[in-house]
Amino acid sequence: MTVDVLSFAHAVATGQIRVIDLTQTLTQEFPTIVLAPELGQCAPFRIEEISRYDERGPAWYWNNISLGEHTGTHFDAPIHWISGKDLPNNAVDTIDVAKFFAPAVVIDCSKECAADPDFALTIPFVEAWEARHGKIEPDHWVLLRTDWSKQSFTDYANLRDDGAHTPGPEPAVVKWFVEQRDVHGFGTETIGTDFGQGHHFNPPFPAHFYMHGKGRFGLQCLTNLDLLPPKGAVIVAAPLKIKQGSGSPLRVLALLS
Amino acid sequence: MAPGTKRSSYDGVVACLPVTIPYRRYSTNSAQWWLGRALHELAKRARLRPSDIDGLAVSSFTLGPDTAVGLTQHFGVSPRWLDHIPFGGASGIVALRRAARAVQAGDADIVACIAGDTNHVDSFRKTLSTFSRFAQDAVYPYGSGGANASFALITKHYMNTYGASREDFAKICIAQRDNALSIPHAMMKKKLTLDDYMTARPIADPIHLFDCVMPCAGAEGLLICREDVARSLRLDFVRILSSIERHNAFASDPIQIRGGWAVDREDLWSMAGLAPDAVDFVQTYDDYPVIVMMQFEDLGFCAKGEGPDFVRSHTFTNDGSFPHNTSGGQLSGGQAGAGGGLLGLVEAIRQLIGKPLGSPVRDARTCVVSGFGMINYDRGLSSGAAILASA
Amino acid sequence: MTEPLARPKRKNPLQRTRRPLSPQAVRSRTAHGLTAAAAEGRFALQVCESCQTVIYPPRDCCPSCLSLRLPFRDVPRGGVLIAETTVQTSTDPYFRERTPWRVGTVKLDAGPVIVAHLHGDAREGHRVRLDFKLDKSGSAVAIALPERDTPNMADDPHLREMTCDPKFRRVLVTDWRSPVGQAMAKAFAEAGASIVFVGIADAWKPFPGLEALRKIAPVEIVPLDVTDTESVAEQAEQNGARIDIVVNTAEHVRSGGIVDRHGLTVVREQIDIRYLGLVRLAQAFGPVLRARGADGVNSAAAFVNLLSVHALMNWPEFGSYAAAEAACLSAAQCMRAELRPGGVKVMNVFFGPLETEWFQTVPPPKVAPAALARAVVQGLQRGLEDVFIGDVAEDVRARLAVNPKALEREMAS
Repeated sequence: MTVDVLSFAHAVATGQIRVIDLTQTLTQEFPTIVLAPELGQCAPFRIEEISRYDERGPAWYWNNISLGEHTGTHFDAPIHWISGKDLPNNAVDTIDVAKFFAPAVVIDCSKECAADPDFALTIPFVEAWEARHGKIEPDHWVLLRTDWSKQSFTDYANLRDDGAHTPGPEPAVVKWFVEQRDVHGFGTETIGTDFGQGHHFNPPFPAHFYMHGKGRFGLQCLTNLDLLPPKGAVIVAAPLKIKQGSGSPLRVLALLS
Repeated sequence: MAPGTKRSSYDGVVACLPVTIPYRRYSTNSAQWWLGRALHELAKRARLRPSDIDGLAVSSFTLGPDTAVGLTQHFGVSPRWLDHIPFGGASGIVALRRAARAVQAGDADIVACIAGDTNHVDSFRKTLSTFSRFAQDAVYPYGSGGANASFALITKHYMNTYGASREDFAKICIAQRDNALSIPHAMMKKKLTLDDYMTARPIADPIHLFDCVMPCAGAEGLLICREDVARSLRLDFVRILSSIERHNAFASDPIQIRGGWAVDREDLWSMAGLAPDAVDFVQTYDDYPVIVMMQFEDLGFCAKGEGPDFVRSHTFTNDGSFPHNTSGGQLSGGQAGAGGGLLGLVEAIRQLIGKPLGSPVRDARTCVVSGFGMINYDRGLSSGAAILASA
Repeated sequence: MTEPLARPKRKNPLQRTRRPLSPQAVRSRTAHGLTAAAAEGRFALQVCESCQTVIYPPRDCCPSCLSLRLPFRDVPRGGVLIAETTVQTSTDPYFRERTPWRVGTVKLDAGPVIVAHLHGDAREGHRVRLDFKLDKSGSAVAIALPERDTPNMADDPHLREMTCDPKFRRVLVTDWRSPVGQAMAKAFAEAGASIVFVGIADAWKPFPGLEALRKIAPVEIVPLDVTDTESVAEQAEQNGARIDIVVNTAEHVRSGGIVDRHGLTVVREQIDIRYLGLVRLAQAFGPVLRARGADGVNSAAAFVNLLSVHALMNWPEFGSYAAAEAACLSAAQCMRAELRPGGVKVMNVFFGPLETEWFQTVPPPKVAPAALARAVVQGLQRGLEDVFIGDVAEDVRARLAVNPKALEREMAS
């Protein structure tokens, strides 16, 4: 198949190929991951005006921003987790750039999550999905559509006395994604790719542990997954080229024919 | 005074040439201008060149940033005796004392004593707010009522202690106003009635409008020299019989109820060889009528606490039983800043040489002139007095 | 008897806001010994070391024995008001618009005579208590109070000019999440504040006690994150003109020093929450507070900083915390000068360890949040500028005054 990038650009410009924005706007109010207070915390998004057509800069408006690598809609690189720390090309500046383009499958569990914030994705659930939509091909992103991004920020974070109660994958299914389906990476709408109570799993935080341990990637705080088909979308997700970066906020786009 | 120390007389030294530069309520001219006019007038009337004046005593509140030294170059004089006397209403008496001894000792032959101030629209406020360190630290921040508030407290306390009434103070002010009516340049020109006084606008209780002087611009001056010099200049002169001066007297009085004259009045009378009933008229320092009453007591005209009775039993117009502030004083003449310290001396000389500007005191031969001033914190610190006699 | 203050009516939005004026601030250096005493609520005068004469007005040489050693010492406050006057007219614009204004002469039991402002219940010929307070210029003045407390005393207009009484004023407690913030909201409600705005950051994080907070009548919950410039600016835009007292309760306490700490994230948080948070609040609320310093009964009155006493001397065990507090102290001193033209006080309340979770391992004595809140309210009611609460804070202050270098070593041991 001959593919011509100019035709691709033309197709995007004329709407033949649709571009869906899967990214949350970076704002100060957007929830970030909360860890125990004695641990280091991820910086929230903050913005400081440098000037706005005023005495600080008469004809221009610009800002300084501060944020963490894992603030807002962001990409996780394998170096982010202890299990991936020694893999080659495991940081955002060393990952092969071709890997920033990949097709995606979208697994919809939004109805189940509406009923139960502690919905855990299992192998049987995915197999049932595959029965309807076909096997998950290799090198695909697996995106978990929970419609969690439509919640108020309070319900989105859903923090209770024992931590967050948000949906995510069981350890077994993550292992299965990597070993049985050779996935590209795992993406969620929630803060973090892991189940809210994932610190109680074995291993804790299995989405991070297994994905990054095998050199796969993560995407978090996605939105508009309900606009994507179960199969057929191509994701563009190119993190900032941060020196030995563990991840970065980025613009995640889905391309649809 | 140490026992046995005799104060030298002022024999051979005289005061002459009373000069007043008529006052104006507000002036855009500087204090240097007003003082210059006084010096000019003195020189003109004595037919002297400025270089003939070899002594200069200056008093002024608004001369800054100059002091007397700046004036020597400003006026083009080269005195061999110079004094800057910043004692407010006591400056006149003090200038007289300093100049008289200088002339007596031959340190100077002709001393011009000049005192005066300008009055810009903000002079009063600015003078109050920077008057003294204690005023800055401990008085001005408390209502910024100025000297009026400070003397209100003194007046209230005096009234509470000795039963003086507002009517008693009124009598003093009304008589002074009567004395002023014949003075062409007096600032206050209308007769003052008891009703006017009692119903006047309150300033700081119990002080009301007619208890207060009107600050204005103006200057006063006189010459001190030897008798033979006065004669050679053909100037009428008066003799100086005695003088006293005291600062920070009775510091332990919680509120000022007496002034420094009470410490030294024996000296004043014995040096002059006179008793209080011998004087023909008195010029007190009248910043406020309560201080006038205190001077009646402390100079020896009545006992302490008898001021109200003294006022009730005398009349104070120039034809009265106790002629007092014979040109109206500051209360009716206006207060030209430090000029108020010389006003009493200048008027005394005029009466004693028989050339008053207004109504005369009959048989004016002896006079007490008193000075007072410098409310540094809560009381007037400086006081002084002199007894003058006609030649 | 003092007329009790009436709850102020709503401000007429068409009416011009009265501009703040102040009495003359200038004092001699020595007289600022009284400013130091008034800032802390002490009544101190110079007492000659040689002859024990108690001296007023402040000066540089004893009027009894000419000694030059005239330290300020606490002296008894009682005396008799021997004469009073009511100033009806003044050349000073501040007093001119506030006449009639009573002042009087007080003969102190301790000796000197003091010209003082008079509380409405201070009567000529009767005994009074003297107090040194900071007037709107920020310099100390004496005020004679009745010998015993009288009803509605704090409502006296002369006295209220010199205090920051929360009664009928609207208060912003910047961070309610800390126990100190919670105690503060309660304390101000009890002190008669008409509104207590309570700031909550990250509303998506749960906060237990929300229902209890909603039950406190004058409380209004507002979103406020002192680490977010836009959040602070927005709050000031919406409510700034209705806030008379700002109490910054945002805190960040962590143990650990400077050298023996791994990385900067905690330190950056400390600086962001404490120092930059203060700067954000100052920039957002400062100008409107300053402009409203003379705006009626509920005029803008104060900005309150809660500072570790270790802002004054570092405590290495909590060394980076102390350093951030020191930055806040310096900023507060700058703010004091910048807000003074509006007659708005900056009150610093210093404390040692608190009875809160991040000081868990520190042995007592510690200060309970409720005690700190009480100290803040009382400090405002008295118009103080520098308050030390708790034994540790008093101890540090006392040692600092005698030998700072010794204290530096003691804090490190």
